[in-house]
Amino acid sequence: MDLAERLLQGDKRAVARLISMAENHDPEAVEILKSLFSKTGKAHVIGITGPPGAGKSTLTDKLAKAIRKEGKTVGIIAVDPTSPFTGGSILGDRVRMNDLSTDPGVFIRSMGTRGHLGGLSKATQAAVKILDIYGVDYIFIETVGVGQSEVDIAKNADTTLMVMVPGLGDDIQAIKAGIMEIGDVFAVNKADRDGAKRTAREIDMMLDFNHSDWRPPVQMVIAVDNEGIDELLGHLKDHKKHMEDTGKLQQRRTLNSRLEIIDLVQENLMRMILDKSKKEEMINQLAVDVAVRKTDPYTASESILKEI
Amino acid sequence: MDRPIRVLVAKPGLDGHDRGAKVIARALRDAGMEVIYTGLRQTPEQIVSATIQEDVDVVAMSILSGAHNTLLPKVVELLKVENVDDVLVIGGGVIPDDDIPFLKEKGIAEIFTPGTPTSVTIDYIRANLKRK
Amino acid sequence: MFEKEKLAQIKESFDSYNAKMEKSLEKRPERKTVFETGSGAPVNRLYTPADIPDFDYMTDLGIPGSYPYTRGVQTNMYRGRFWTMRMYAGFATAEESNKRYKYLIEQGSMGLSVAFDLPTQIGYDSDHPLSEGEVGKVGVAIDSLADMEILFGGIPLDKVSTSMTINAPASVLLAMYIAVAEKQGVTPDQLRGTIQNDILKEYIARGTYIFPTEPSMRLITNIFEYCSKEVPQWNTISISGYHIREAGSTAAQEVGFTLADGIAYVDAAIKAGLDVDTFAPRLSFFFNAHNDILEEVAKFRAARRLWAKIMKERFGAKDAKSMALKFHTQTGGSTLTAQQPENNIVRVAIQTLAAVLGGTQSLHTNSKDEALALPTEDSVRVALRTQQIVAYESGAADTVDPLAGSYYIEAKTKEIEEAAMEYIKKIDEIGGAPKAIDNGYIQQEIMDAAYNYQKDIEAGKRIIVGMNKFQIKEEAPKGLLRVDPSVGELQKQKLVDLRAKRDNSLVQQKLEALRTACQGDENLMPFILDAVRAYGTLGEICGVMREVFGEYQQSVKL
Repeated sequence: MDLAERLLQGDKRAVARLISMAENHDPEAVEILKSLFSKTGKAHVIGITGPPGAGKSTLTDKLAKAIRKEGKTVGIIAVDPTSPFTGGSILGDRVRMNDLSTDPGVFIRSMGTRGHLGGLSKATQAAVKILDIYGVDYIFIETVGVGQSEVDIAKNADTTLMVMVPGLGDDIQAIKAGIMEIGDVFAVNKADRDGAKRTAREIDMMLDFNHSDWRPPVQMVIAVDNEGIDELLGHLKDHKKHMEDTGKLQQRRTLNSRLEIIDLVQENLMRMILDKSKKEEMINQLAVDVAVRKTDPYTASESILKEI
Repeated sequence: MDRPIRVLVAKPGLDGHDRGAKVIARALRDAGMEVIYTGLRQTPEQIVSATIQEDVDVVAMSILSGAHNTLLPKVVELLKVENVDDVLVIGGGVIPDDDIPFLKEKGIAEIFTPGTPTSVTIDYIRANLKRK
Repeated sequence: MFEKEKLAQIKESFDSYNAKMEKSLEKRPERKTVFETGSGAPVNRLYTPADIPDFDYMTDLGIPGSYPYTRGVQTNMYRGRFWTMRMYAGFATAEESNKRYKYLIEQGSMGLSVAFDLPTQIGYDSDHPLSEGEVGKVGVAIDSLADMEILFGGIPLDKVSTSMTINAPASVLLAMYIAVAEKQGVTPDQLRGTIQNDILKEYIARGTYIFPTEPSMRLITNIFEYCSKEVPQWNTISISGYHIREAGSTAAQEVGFTLADGIAYVDAAIKAGLDVDTFAPRLSFFFNAHNDILEEVAKFRAARRLWAKIMKERFGAKDAKSMALKFHTQTGGSTLTAQQPENNIVRVAIQTLAAVLGGTQSLHTNSKDEALALPTEDSVRVALRTQQIVAYESGAADTVDPLAGSYYIEAKTKEIEEAAMEYIKKIDEIGGAPKAIDNGYIQQEIMDAAYNYQKDIEAGKRIIVGMNKFQIKEEAPKGLLRVDPSVGELQKQKLVDLRAKRDNSLVQQKLEALRTACQGDENLMPFILDAVRAYGTLGEICGVMREVFGEYQQSVKL
């Protein structure tokens, strides 16, 4: 039985292997995704992000358990940064999801960013599709960071959940309005700590600048005590429903698809340029030439493009 | 191989001595591997489930509780039940030399005892992967 | 203490000495360009009064037995009596361990130290699925009062002092101990001993936690309160740096993180309404002794001085006993090698000297086979003899704090005290030890030190004799202790028998009373004691608390 069939039959090992193949740029994975793409688009894809130490993994764990109580299934993609120096990484999100590990209705996959700028690898998008085909009802993509990676998540998700915690001081101010804008739902975790209400108020104030017809709810939660989780899940569902009712889900998915196509074109172009070792040599030579002012970077890039 | 080696570092058993597991996790990372760290008190079932979902090349288990003869073979058995046959299974910790032949017979490929340099483990993994 | 003029002279001669040295180094370089202590702190070529220019005898050292206790907590230290030689032991069943205890007492051990197996430490009965393969392995299996009665059978509890390495379920094991004493006709106020009861270091380094921070801290303060009234001679906590050091910390981190934990316990007890001087005299500490003997001696002295200042200045303690840091020491398990295990006897001897010169109140010496398995009777005897040789033959115990006044020792004592204080400040900024554990700060600092240490060994910058230098071809060691694998079945059978024999409805009633108490804010000790007396099992009692309190979620930062 080939991988595509096994995936359709719900074989976890096929899911896992396909994600690996996508991570490793195996062309076979692309072919399988092409053939099964029509089966995607059913899961509710939720991006979870926020600053380090906000408790995202624990929150994901609790949300997944709440969903399991409703009899639905969950896929979790936990992304952690790869070391730019060694290419290695330690992916530790499973530590907080140990109870889910053996639940047949849950599939957890840890991924390293593997040097992909922005923190979210292209492979993540493939992993989302694979889990979607596999048939889970919800897919969480959890990623750390404040900045570009949040924007990347929004590209992938139907709903983006921003997790904040009190006590980060000026960090909220530092988070640019652009980042705040991508949050569809906000959670203030560790709500029993000093300053939680203030944090919630500050987020709320910033949301005053939001003039769309969806005002992101701000939910207080204490993830470790499982408090506020059902309410938070309710907000996530409401957001999806709102998006469907207003036709915005279609709009967002169209936009996401457009971005993905452009990304793929860019990536394939780069691959075409860089994959051939001959061109690698050529680039190296051109780099030397530019550095010693024998030529200029503009002419150099044009001569590479002419090669294709 | 132009992809990072993926290794599950797990602590089966109830002991909480995770210095060795954490040191090896860091050393593998610094050797360019992707390490999935699962924390303390992992049951064989949890380890096998993570092994499958994470599609790792290697399962590295650290145990100092003395329950190695019970727990390590159980992991290998469960992997067999799931038809997982391309994963390298290794162990480390306070494990008496006398127990090593038994563990190897049960399918644990290698046991690294206290004092083993991390470079030895790294080289062993690179040389003994079951899939390329 | 030093005159300015004299100091200037010393500095001058020191500078010229150094200049001369530098010249001769060109021809005969030193063994290393950088010298470091066992935990990586710099070591200079020579120490002089110029390294401790502000040294003031009375403020920095004082008299033994008085503030700031740098020189020791007793006035004449070991001239009165030696430290308590306390060998940590326990394995398999209560019957087996009871035999080992009687052997140790026969051999001159002065106090018992009970090692429990991991299921007991995590509050599971021997028949719990997670106990599979673990029963009786690293310590004795205790499921109920019935096991505890056997464990201490024939040992008069009014005569021995007993230390129990038990943390998350410390309240339950203490209750069992009290109940066994009752059956021997010994009242709680006669009982002497210690429970480890230090949950914070379990979260940091040792891993046998059960409940989340808040209910764990409640259980601890409940014990403080209960014992201050009912078991007044009992040391209610042993705040442990030992495991922090084993996890790879430096000496300064060992002191800093341990005292930060201590501060958290004192804070919690004060917050629970206890007066500091009612419980602080029963606080005790537990440190490691590694191979760098001089650094270790300085560490013990620094810990005493810093704790005295903290208790006096930060907590306003009035009772001198609240300020005196008493501690147990164990020699460093992680310093022992699986290679050429006989060498470990020498390491343990050095570490024993460090602990004694540092003024410990009690000591466990590791056996040479520690890196291989649980110790055999023979190797335990050698470890105990090591203490006895240091006590009776070395002379190190005959005068108080003999290394005081050494420029090196005093400079290091000050350096470690200051470095530890820096850690405490940093932890205060984060919001106290529980928060600094929750956000992974402490674990990460320890891990960084551990990883650097490992890299130094692999690079050959640090030599471990027999391991990365002076290796030989070795045969596999023979005659290691093996725990009979049938222990698990034996314990399971005992549980079946117990459940058939006891009054099960009484047990249920006591467990439900405990549940209700857990949901409120009463002191839980009397309820636990009631459940224990009715032969409720450890797993049942901890199970009720698990249901009400939930379980701790580990914080991992790598």
